[in-house]
Amino acid sequence: MADPKPDVLGVSVARDPSLMTGAVPSKEWMDVPAVFKPGNYCYPGKKSIVEYHSKNFPGLFGEPREWEVESDDWKLPDNWKEIIINGIKERLDKFRSFKIFMDCCVRCGACADKCHFFLGTGDPKNMPVLRAELLRSVYRNEFTKAGKILGRIAGARPMTFGVLKEWFMYYYQCTECRRCSVFCPYGIDTAEVTMMARELLHLVGVNTNWILEPAANSNRTGNHLGLQPHTFKDNAEFLLDDIEEATGLKLNSLTFNRKGAEVLFIIPSADVFAEPGIFTFMGYLLLFDHIGLDYTISTYASEGGNFGSFTNNELMKKLNGKMYAEAERLGVKWILGGECGHMWRVVHQYMDTMNGELQRSLEMPVSPITGTRFENAAASKMVHVSEFTADLIKHGKLKIDKSRNDHRVVTFHDSCNPARGMGMLDEPRYILENVCNNFYDMPENCIRENTFCCGSGTGLNTGEIMELRMRGGLPRANAVKYVEDRHGVNMLSCVCAIDRATLLALMEYWNPNVGVCGVSELVGNALIMDGEKERETDLRFDPLPGTEG
Amino acid sequence: MRILYPFLAVLALVLISFVGAKMPGGQSLFGVVIPYLAFFAFIIFFIKKIIYWAKSPVPFRIPTTSGQEKSLPWIKQNKTDCPSSTGGVIGRMFLEVFLFRSLFKNTKTDVEDGPKLVYGSSKYLWLFGLLFHYSFLVIFLRHWRLFTNPVPSFVTKLELADGLLQVGVPVLYQSDIILLLALTFLFLRRVIRPQLRYISLASDYFPLFLIMGIGITGILMRYFIRVDIVSVKELAMGLATFKPVIKGDIGVLFFIHLFLVSCLMVYFPFSKLMHMGGVFLSPTRNLANNNRMVRHINPWNDTSIKPHSYAGYEDEFREFMVNAGLPVEKELPPAAEEPPAAEEDKPAE
Amino acid sequence: MYDKGKIIPGIIVFVCLLIFPILYNSGSAGVLPNPEKPKDQKECVKDKQYMRTTHMQLINDWRDEVLREGNREKVVVQGKKYDKSLMNGCMTCHTNKKKFCDECHVYASVYPYCWDCHFVPKETI
Repeated sequence: MADPKPDVLGVSVARDPSLMTGAVPSKEWMDVPAVFKPGNYCYPGKKSIVEYHSKNFPGLFGEPREWEVESDDWKLPDNWKEIIINGIKERLDKFRSFKIFMDCCVRCGACADKCHFFLGTGDPKNMPVLRAELLRSVYRNEFTKAGKILGRIAGARPMTFGVLKEWFMYYYQCTECRRCSVFCPYGIDTAEVTMMARELLHLVGVNTNWILEPAANSNRTGNHLGLQPHTFKDNAEFLLDDIEEATGLKLNSLTFNRKGAEVLFIIPSADVFAEPGIFTFMGYLLLFDHIGLDYTISTYASEGGNFGSFTNNELMKKLNGKMYAEAERLGVKWILGGECGHMWRVVHQYMDTMNGELQRSLEMPVSPITGTRFENAAASKMVHVSEFTADLIKHGKLKIDKSRNDHRVVTFHDSCNPARGMGMLDEPRYILENVCNNFYDMPENCIRENTFCCGSGTGLNTGEIMELRMRGGLPRANAVKYVEDRHGVNMLSCVCAIDRATLLALMEYWNPNVGVCGVSELVGNALIMDGEKERETDLRFDPLPGTEG
Repeated sequence: MRILYPFLAVLALVLISFVGAKMPGGQSLFGVVIPYLAFFAFIIFFIKKIIYWAKSPVPFRIPTTSGQEKSLPWIKQNKTDCPSSTGGVIGRMFLEVFLFRSLFKNTKTDVEDGPKLVYGSSKYLWLFGLLFHYSFLVIFLRHWRLFTNPVPSFVTKLELADGLLQVGVPVLYQSDIILLLALTFLFLRRVIRPQLRYISLASDYFPLFLIMGIGITGILMRYFIRVDIVSVKELAMGLATFKPVIKGDIGVLFFIHLFLVSCLMVYFPFSKLMHMGGVFLSPTRNLANNNRMVRHINPWNDTSIKPHSYAGYEDEFREFMVNAGLPVEKELPPAAEEPPAAEEDKPAE
Repeated sequence: MYDKGKIIPGIIVFVCLLIFPILYNSGSAGVLPNPEKPKDQKECVKDKQYMRTTHMQLINDWRDEVLREGNREKVVVQGKKYDKSLMNGCMTCHTNKKKFCDECHVYASVYPYCWDCHFVPKETI
């Protein structure tokens, strides 16, 4: 099915009857079935991939099999309902958040129009409150007295195949961005509900390949792309050539798997592989060379992103454990993390809890250049590259020519996870203000803790659901359009690798004149390196202002 | 159905108590037995629910950070929306519980041609929610004048303040009017706004109607179909001292009022009204954002889950690594034979 | 991470708030009101139950009629004339504010604003 053109989709969003445009569905939501058709679902996990995960985690990924989403036979195990209900019980006992979020919602509706997917689709079940009700209704039926006695009047319904289909549809139309939870008076976090629902779906083998395969790759090869060590190294080294072409410098500070380095640097692996992430990677390398950082990159722990976090907490833990394991093996003092969104949700809120026992000899991170002690990472020993860079700039350790970014009018997209799962809001802005002359923030309802998701996080960054992604990304694109119209913004910067992939598609679709870059790319572009040639282009080989022609 | 049923249910409760209180022995049933049962049911089941929640651990520290984190000393932390210390969390929780800070942030989004999304401030829910809860609290505390003898001075002062306008006789309480106004708003909002109407359940309307019923019977008793307050207090004091007596002619309206309150108490622990306790326990609000500073312990953390080992990784890729000049722990065997299979097989392509 | 140390005290505080009246009274219902009835009068302007529940509205209506409309016509009940007046009506029979009015008013924590304008009878001072 061809994806609609932006002008068609734009009219559809604003005019088609939906809850967003004021039309009320004639049927109650429990009576509206989920219907899968090409373009509205992600492809299921390949049997071989599910087998791979099942070997590590027996039972957690259900029965490996080939199955069709559009079919009415998902080849579920006979006792799939029992598995789901027991799965709910187990998770209620493990997560207080799950219990509270199931019990406390008053359906005040404050979250309703906060979800980018609801804003873009107008589909009632994309209101966070209804998304949670999809699961809550089953919870009530099985675990509450009111639900058992009053049934549907109390908002309860039994677990059926129809419900399972709804779960698969709508828990994969949530990017766990947590925007709704900022506005909820009880802090109900749909991300948490979605995580539980996805864990449950995995138990009965209902899954998507776009998450499971990268997760399998991450486990085996170290990165989600499945790049083997030599390829990873080659890819990274190609970028050294690009750096040489742009700056005239052959950097020799990049090493791999080197024992005894002071710092282990972990990036989202897309940064060595695809535009525009590779420019961000070039930025990192220039920065570290500029300050003489003693660092190394691991091919074994070559993925910062954690695709396990889109499946269940067990796989998240397993993938994340590599960071500490590798840091210990290489004997580094601390870990520096690149620009990645959900990687930082995991690193900031889960890593030390899940895998803290794997770190034994790591030390409190101290910047070897400025002497700054990163007290905020005292326990986890991992610092974000934006925190690190902001500190360098503050101490005047970087030689910067801001004018090299004068051809960029920049705005900043707060990625969901660093914003609402970490609170890193001002560091990237401080960097941007110091490396470029034209920086404009988007309107306040669309940035910082109110930031909108790119529309394709948590493993939804797949081509088969392009229309959905463009709808979900509309609120973000719309805010960019606002600053584009007002200030001529032509570059959307971010600190997330998924963003660098998804925003690119989003901008091409809604705002074709706006590019996408990582913050570190702009840093690398502005750095005055010792012994460099007079730069005529930026890191993308676009001519610098004043050098054209 | 979702609106009518709960309305009829509340009406039925009114009828039951209206008829019941007039039957022989009905006054003791509706004035003593049921209120006692309801009150203790409320306490017991409320605590049971809290314990049910508390039995599950908080495995991960997952605050929703709604402001700048504590990082570098020169970057200003948002201590109320992104606290990193216990004091900060207390501050955040105070603002949440007493001032509904999250609701205060509410916005309303519309989609216009373009497409263009427009965000407007929307503070009505916050305002009326706050008014409702505070007037309910004031009314609750005011009722202590009927359950205490002598009446503590703070209750008397609260009453004086609540009747500050000195309108009518007996003096009109602002809280009565505000409560009903706020309830009306909360009800109309659910009915009129399409999104709200679509998500509302019978269990959203029922407490609204029930509390409305309580408010209306209370107001009727005070201002219109009056009951003998001294007899009411004698009963209330009897209840509070476990020597309940019903003397004098109290009036059936009182028993309806009391029965509806009893119903609310019984209904409360089994319903969404438990957000009263839940708001204190929400892990996205009541935890400090200090995950990287202080280790949070997960009691069920499964230490048997280990990362795919480096040794296994190197075993699988050693040859490539050596050829690419990557350092390895174990050199290639001299025969350059295939290394033994990794502990985990690679997925088939 | 069960937060027992916070949840249990929280529950205790909550329950104490709920049963505050029980704790405060500690089993004693206190002194019951015993308003002193006039020795030589058996009848009032209305029946006893009406007076118990609604006397304040009657007095309020009297005040409005007398002060705002200038209507000082006396109330006649069973041939007996009563002044529409607190001091010259009610209190000719119920002579003692402290022993009559305050008995119930204090008990029920009702503090009417009669005495904002009227002089408080001196026996209460």
